[in-house]
Amino acid sequence: MTPTTRTRWAILGLTGPAYLWLACTIFLPIAAMLALSFLDKSPLVPKPASFTLANYGAFFGKPFYWSLTRWSIELGFWVTLFSFLIGYPAAYALAKRVKGRWREAIFLLIVLPFWSNALVRIFSWTMVLRPNGIIDLGVQSVLPGAPTVDLLFTYPAVIIGLVHSYLPYMILTCYIALQAIDDSLIEAGRSLGANKLTTFRRVVLPLSLPGIISGSALIFVPVIGSFMEPRILGGTKGATLGMNIEEQFTVTANWPLGAALSFILLAIVLVIFGMLYPFLRKQSGAA
Amino acid sequence: MTGKTRDGKGSFGRVSRRQFVAGASALGVAAGLTPFGSRQAMAAGEVKVLNWQGYGTDEKWALEAFKKATGLDVVHEYYNSESEMITKLQTNPGAYDVIVTNSAWNDRASELGVIQPIDTAQISHFGDLNPAFRDSDLLGADGKVYGVSWVWGITAVAYSTEVFKETPKSLEALWDAKNAKRVSFRDDAIEAVSFAAIATGQDMNHPKDLAKVKEKLLALKPNLAMLWSSEDDWNKQFQAKAFDISIYWSGSALRSKNNFKLPVGFVVPDEGAVGWFDGLAIGKDAPNAEGAHKFIDYMIDPTFYVEWATKVGAPASANNAAMGALPESDDKTLYSDQAAIKRLQFMAPLTDEERQAYSDLWAEVKTEFAK
Repeated sequence: MTPTTRTRWAILGLTGPAYLWLACTIFLPIAAMLALSFLDKSPLVPKPASFTLANYGAFFGKPFYWSLTRWSIELGFWVTLFSFLIGYPAAYALAKRVKGRWREAIFLLIVLPFWSNALVRIFSWTMVLRPNGIIDLGVQSVLPGAPTVDLLFTYPAVIIGLVHSYLPYMILTCYIALQAIDDSLIEAGRSLGANKLTTFRRVVLPLSLPGIISGSALIFVPVIGSFMEPRILGGTKGATLGMNIEEQFTVTANWPLGAALSFILLAIVLVIFGMLYPFLRKQSGAA
Repeated sequence: MTGKTRDGKGSFGRVSRRQFVAGASALGVAAGLTPFGSRQAMAAGEVKVLNWQGYGTDEKWALEAFKKATGLDVVHEYYNSESEMITKLQTNPGAYDVIVTNSAWNDRASELGVIQPIDTAQISHFGDLNPAFRDSDLLGADGKVYGVSWVWGITAVAYSTEVFKETPKSLEALWDAKNAKRVSFRDDAIEAVSFAAIATGQDMNHPKDLAKVKEKLLALKPNLAMLWSSEDDWNKQFQAKAFDISIYWSGSALRSKNNFKLPVGFVVPDEGAVGWFDGLAIGKDAPNAEGAHKFIDYMIDPTFYVEWATKVGAPASANNAAMGALPESDDKTLYSDQAAIKRLQFMAPLTDEERQAYSDLWAEVKTEFAK
């Protein structure tokens, strides 16, 4: 059915405000930041600014930016992986095994962390991970004389905190994908002689892939830009490009360099998703 | 008294996300919505002050006393970083009477023409001020006074008196292998560069040999337990015994000891340490310049200072008479140690290039720490 003039107007009327809102609140600030990244002075400095590529040059000229970028991407990879390993089975159990009121209750427990401020959650972790913290005291009470468990200011601490923060995204997206799988497809697989593992591998996993991918994207993108969690939980061991970007804005007041680094990070994300795109399209076509 | 009272030079301090948002929105207000952001202090019975929040000038009892003496109301606006202060002065010319300016920033403000010379004849306590601060180049330009020195403090070494039976007199204690994994620095590029410069015998503000500074900071790696970000953070980590010796702020160290009862000692090492001081400036085309002079005079008045220091807790006064009037206390002992004061190097203005170079150097060193 081709849309008539009337439906066209309806579409415009219904989506227009949302697009206008997005243009004003997302597109314009980002465009301003992009312009800023090519200037040689912050807008705070009263002297006129001129065009430069030096901010981008700084990234390529200084090896420590490369290390920071690599670590940010690695961090994103590990957090996404652990979120999947923990979140997918949970989503599967919720979608296929738990029914009725229990499901609601467990859902509530999953969403509950979202109700508290992210900063509060991260600070709570410092109390759990520090020496004499909850984990350490727990270990000491079971195994008296065991070496002190001090996870605070380590790389694993950053991963633990970030996985906890972002796990609900993975569970929710996988849950939606898994719930949409018709149980009769699984029964068909079983009745055609596939064992449980094969049914899972050949039927359930491919059909839930869009959920896994969107969950991974929702986690990977914010994690590689994270700066608050690595600082609080990682101490000197948490170094990310996001922390450096934050410092360019808040400490050094070098907004152009901060903007340039942000766009480099954005470009890296786009390249990664560009590589995944053919794969994504194939999957959504198959589903 | 707690984290609210500012100590050290918050200028380059790490800013929490909330503060950053507040700062950024304040910038937005300053840039776009001036009429809503600042009600211009038109009334002659008003003095408009620009300062950090909870930093002396907005004590309620003080403003009541000032109103009683002069009939003037004091209205406040706050900044969260010195660069925000400069921006506010530029975007709202003629809106502020009294501005609290750090020694490292007063020059910048006078250079930009956003503050005006002060008529010291109107400041009755001006003669009592410690000449070291009063006559400092950092508060004046072209023979004119652009800032009246108000309070000052020290950034030096704080240590656990439980662990260190003897006062660590040398800055080298921070690098001593005996203190492996027991040292803390503030996560601040300028502070880190300053102390590495002092430790390598260089000018703290403009070290000539940055490679040496970098090498010294890299050598800190085996000793470094953590980097702290705020007074509150420092107290918590110190209490949890995360470190034993650290770069810290004098006012905060005294609060940790006296208010939080932590076993903290504070020492200005033989090699020297960082000093800072804040001045009171008058805005260009101030709506109530006369009132501004009166308020500055009240701010350096010993009666105000003694009450502020004893009731709330304050940095050292730049007024000798005010320090003399202070009852005997740890504060007084620390800030009256003339030999220690001689060893201080005071924070001077930095160029944008220097600030960027220190920031890059620190970022690079931190990247090495994380390896």
